[in-house]
Parts: sequence; C-alpha cells; structure tokens
Amino acid sequence: MAEHTSTYEPRTGIERWVDARLPLPRLLWDSFVTYPIPRNLNYAYTFGAILMMMLGAQIITGVVLAMHYVPSGTMAFVSVEAIMRDVNYGWLLRYMHATGASMFFIAVYVHIFRGLYYGSYKEPREILWLLGVIIFILMMATAFMGYVLPWGQMSFWGATVITNLFSAIPLVGSAIVTWLWGGFAVGSPTLNRFFALHYLLPFMIAGVVVLHVWALHVVGQTNPTGINIKAKQDAVPFTPHATIKDALGMVVFMIVFAYFLFYVPNYLGHSDNYIQANPLATPSEIVPEWYFLPFYAILRSIPSKLGGVIAMFGAIVMLALMPWLDTSKVRSAVYRPLYRQFFWIHVLVSIGLGYIGSQPPAGGFIIVGRILTAYYFIHFLVIVPLLGLLETPKPRPASITEAVLEKHGRGLALPERTVSNTKVGG
Amino acid sequence: MRFKNAEGQMSGMLCRLTAALFAVGMASSAACAADQPANATPHYPLKEPHELSWSFSGPFGSFDKQQLQRGFKIYHDVCSNCHSLNLVAFRNLGDQDGLGFSAEQVKSLAAEYKIQDGPNDQGDMFERPGRPSDHLPAPFPNEQAARSANGGALPPDLSLLAKARGPERGFPWFVFDVFTQYEESAGPDYIYSLLTGFQDPPAGVQVREGLHYNPYFIASDALAMPPPLADGAVDFPQNGDDDKTNDVPQTVDQYARDVSAFLMWAAEPHLVERKRMGLTVMVFLIVFAGLVGYTKRRVWANTPH
Repeated sequence: MAEHTSTYEPRTGIERWVDARLPLPRLLWDSFVTYPIPRNLNYAYTFGAILMMMLGAQIITGVVLAMHYVPSGTMAFVSVEAIMRDVNYGWLLRYMHATGASMFFIAVYVHIFRGLYYGSYKEPREILWLLGVIIFILMMATAFMGYVLPWGQMSFWGATVITNLFSAIPLVGSAIVTWLWGGFAVGSPTLNRFFALHYLLPFMIAGVVVLHVWALHVVGQTNPTGINIKAKQDAVPFTPHATIKDALGMVVFMIVFAYFLFYVPNYLGHSDNYIQANPLATPSEIVPEWYFLPFYAILRSIPSKLGGVIAMFGAIVMLALMPWLDTSKVRSAVYRPLYRQFFWIHVLVSIGLGYIGSQPPAGGFIIVGRILTAYYFIHFLVIVPLLGLLETPKPRPASITEAVLEKHGRGLALPERTVSNTKVGG
Repeated sequence: MRFKNAEGQMSGMLCRLTAALFAVGMASSAACAADQPANATPHYPLKEPHELSWSFSGPFGSFDKQQLQRGFKIYHDVCSNCHSLNLVAFRNLGDQDGLGFSAEQVKSLAAEYKIQDGPNDQGDMFERPGRPSDHLPAPFPNEQAARSANGGALPPDLSLLAKARGPERGFPWFVFDVFTQYEESAGPDYIYSLLTGFQDPPAGVQVREGLHYNPYFIASDALAMPPPLADGAVDFPQNGDDDKTNDVPQTVDQYARDVSAFLMWAAEPHLVERKRMGLTVMVFLIVFAGLVGYTKRRVWANTPH
C-alpha cells in the first residue's frame, strides 16, 4: 500500500551493514512482517500461501526425482519403477510429486474462483490478475509435460493428442508438430525435450510468482467486502495475523494432501499409465489428467479441429479478459446478488464440463458438452458484461471495520480490547 | 458465500432454470447411453468385477504373508510358463512386509533358476545359478518368441498388472472411492474376477478360434489366455495336523484370490510401509493443526474479523 512506509529498524551492526548495501532483510520485513492486510480475510485467502508451499514441494521432490530418472524411450518407464521400488523413499517422493501436481491444481482452482467471486481482478489489480493467468498457463504446460515423463500409455497417447493440436494451425501446422516432436512421431527426442522443459518451467513459474507477489504488495490485497483499506483499524500486520492463519490453512491442506498421498495415491491418475508406452497399441480411450478435463471437453465440443483448439485456448483467454469484461463498479459478489448466483452456476458448469471431458464423446454427452461449452463463453462474454449494467448492488458498508462490526453485532465500540464472545475462527 | 439471501424472484427463477437445464442434459445423455444401436461397441468389461475383501485394503491394511507365499507358488507353477515378472527381484521376496522369506530361503530359491550372464572373458554368454540380486527370469527371450508360442497373443508382464487394470467405476462410485479407498482393491478384484470368470459363451455369441469367452475381460468379450487354473492344480504346503478342515482349499477360487494378492504386492511392494507412514503423518498433522488452530485463535482473539 502506498501509505505503508518501511518500519524496519536494523538492530545490529551486521544488519545495518547489510541494509546499507542490499536491503533484502528490509524488503522481507516490510513484505511479510509489518505488511498490512485487511482484518476480514477468510480462509479462501490462504490459498496463495498454500500454492507457494505446493510450488516449493513440487520443486524439491522434482529435483530429487530428476536425479534418478532417465529420459529415454526405452529407460523412462523402468527408471520410474526403479524409483518406486529401489530408491530409498522413492515411492514417497514420486507419489508426493504426482499427487502434489493434482493438489497444486485443486489449490489453484480455489484461488482462481476466489478471485472471480471477490472481484480480485478489478482495477487496480489487472496486472496482478494477468500475472496469475500466466502462472496458470505455465502450470498447465508444466503438468502436461510432467505427465508424459513416466512414459506410460496415457503419457504417450496424451502427448500425441495434445501435440497434434498444433497441426490445426493452417499451412505450417504439420511442420510445427514435426519440430515439436523432433521426429515424425512422439518418441525419445520428444521425451527428452519435455523433460528439459519440465525442469525449466517451474523456475519460470517461481519467477512470475515473485512478480505476482510484488504486484500484490503494490496494490494490496482484496478482501470479502471489496472495500479498500481506508484507516488503520481496517488492517492488521501480516505477522502474526496472516502468518498464523496461512499456517493453519497450509496444515489443513496438508492433511488432505497426505490422505491422497498415503491412502489413494493412484486415484487421480489413470491405470493405463502403468502400462509402458506402446506406439502400436492405442488405448480404448485417451483421457487427460482431471485438471484438464473441462478444457478437453471444450476442445471436443467444437466439430472442427481448429475451432476446438481456438475455443480451448479461448477458455483461458476469457479469464485474462475478466478485468475488462466485468462492467460492475462493485468488486465483491457479496454485494452483487445476481452475479453471486451466476458465479455458482459458472462453477457448476465448469465441473459439469470436467465430467463431460472424462466421458467418451458419444450421444448425449456431445449435446450436453456443447450446451455447457456455449454457456461457459456466454457467461464471460454476455452475462458478466450485462450484469454490471443491469444489477442493483446491495448497500455496502462504509469500511472494512464497519462490515466486521456489523457481523459481530452492532453497538460494539471500536475494539481496543473487545472480548469477542462470538465465534473467533473464520 | 450464502445462497439464502433472497434478492427477488428473478434470481430464484434463474436457479431453477439452470437446474432444469442440467436435468435435461443429464437425462438426454443417460437416454442416449441406454438405447444404443445394436451394432455399437458394447462397454467392456461386460460384467463388473466382484468386490472382495482384501487384507491390504483400508488405512490399516497389510499383506498376508502366507497368502503371498501361496500366490508366489501359483505364479511359479502356473503363470510363469507364459508371463514374465520383470520388475521383481529375488531379494524382494525377502521383504518383511511382503512374502517374508528368510535370506537363506531367498538364496536357495534364486539358485534354483538358471540366469544367463556374460559375456565372459572369451566373449561367450553363459548360464549360472540365480542370485538374490537377479530379477525373475522371463519365460521367453523376446516379444516375438512369446507371441509365436501363444498364437500371436502377447502375455503381458505381470509386475504392474494389479495397478494397470482399472475398469471404469462410473458416477457416483468414483466419488465414494475416495473415501472407501477402493483403489487398491480394483486391480486384485479385476484379476480375481477374470481368473474365475471363464465360461461358455451365451447362445448366439461367436468366439473366434483360439479365444476364450470371459465377460470380465477389460478389452473384449474373449481373450487368448485359456483358463489357467484348475482345482487341485497347485499343491499348497499344509499344516501337519490331520484335520482337513484346517487346510487351505486347493480350489480355483482360492488360487485366484492368492495370486491376485501376490500381484498386488508385486505392483506395490511398499504398500504396507506407505500406510504405516501415512498413519504417523496423519496423526502428527491433525495434532499439529489443532495446535496451530489454537495459536491462531489466541492471535486473533482481540481482533474481530
């Protein structure tokens, strides 16, 4: 926040020496200790921290896995199994990395929908939001290439289907696909370059995350009321308030993560990926990982290949355009009775698309897929712009503090030492 | 995020409209699935696998050593004539969470096998007795040999079979499976059902020469493998007493159970270790979450939010 000036006081000689040369401790102190956050953040706002944790976990497990993995068409599958069987705690690392990818996506989808609900993309947070969309795209590229590395049947055929999408580009399509593959079919050269990129992209994600956090700290966090911090009592210092709340969010998320990791580690994968890649045997159905299913459903709903590819990428572009598609002056869905309902419909439609994406494209699934795809785009291109013009927002409180006190019953004096007898959590 | 706030009837109407849209969509897809034309590809497997109870399912599950040893004997006597188990080494048979053979037993078991090694100093390949570090030798030197001996069909490697076969569960079962932890039973259930599912084809169903009808097969209605098990085909070592009711039955049903459990172990040898560590981690995390939760309450106690 602009009015947030540095309060860092170097206390020792060394700190003063460092501060005069590279004020990194000052930056960290101002960003993660004294940084003011709205006092009314709920647990949906802890997913940023959860995502940071997941990125860290993926990079650490991934680096160790890379020490044992062999990116070649003949060795990849066996080397993954050697990790599972013979490397000390290799099964733990590999399952952590594989289920971790799914958990990463669960967290990012909550994070994105939270942003859509509370209008986090609106002025002045457009760049913050766009950086988030870029991170999401990088994540999808990383996850897709990571899924190819075990070199199972789904790895191979998933890679074949997805890389083939580029052949839809007029004129140069098939040349691009050959260039991507490093040959005339998905093979060892493809696997090798996917491995190199899979190792590279997470560090690019980390870089964009730094920009994302930087942008966040320039414009400040949104909050459930959508009203900016106006006075000192609207905010609390990041540490200990956000630190401990984020910590709780992370630990609870880790419980969910641990459940999948230790009890159903293969639930989110496909059993065919335990069959070594075989270019001569196509699986009966080729399905991507669950987190791509809504986009896969959109891809298949358009009868033309090029149209499908455009629609699929368009679905992500819609997110990027949100700051300009939403015409409402009110940020938070809490005060937007109609948008709130359409938001939840949009959530259901996205889940519905995911289910359609997991089903064979036949009969009624095609019809439903097309209806849901059409609705997905109508939501962004028609409903969201119109709602801002038609909807009458509910009266909003004057400040965050007023909203909080209203929630806790009127008449409470502004709290220096308010004994809160209502619920404390949340 | 509450829905109950009634902002006029328009929004309520919208909700109903969407609900109706969903209902129509789902109904039409269900209807289309129901009246498939006769020439459409039927959905395999024709019959869903039986659901058995396995010693290793659930959060506290572990392998039954005796069962795995019997399963290995079945693999050794029957399956290994055609199927390899490439990823399993003899030393793995000594895992205490698995078959639990002693180091001596593993050594003498490995020595029963002839392993090709080499080249030696003269450049020749030679055979030597197996060592615990060797992997179980495959029955055929290569895929072509395997196909040629099996009427063109390739007997799959069994190392990961129990994790590589997952008949579709469908809605809503796949949701419940997260909580019932069905995942680990899916493969063994499938293998058991397949091994016990060979039968005469129903009237009017033609089975190609060399194939065997089995409605539990995941890819078709018949497979190249003939029924591999028969009652009494494998002798189990029994306990010494004269009471026959204490003996392990030597039936196809029992064989299928035992070899399925053995294949689950082969596919996931660290299963028991994983669940054991999982329990520790879960207990730790839940206690830790409680402590962090109370700390959080303390920190926020004087800040209504």
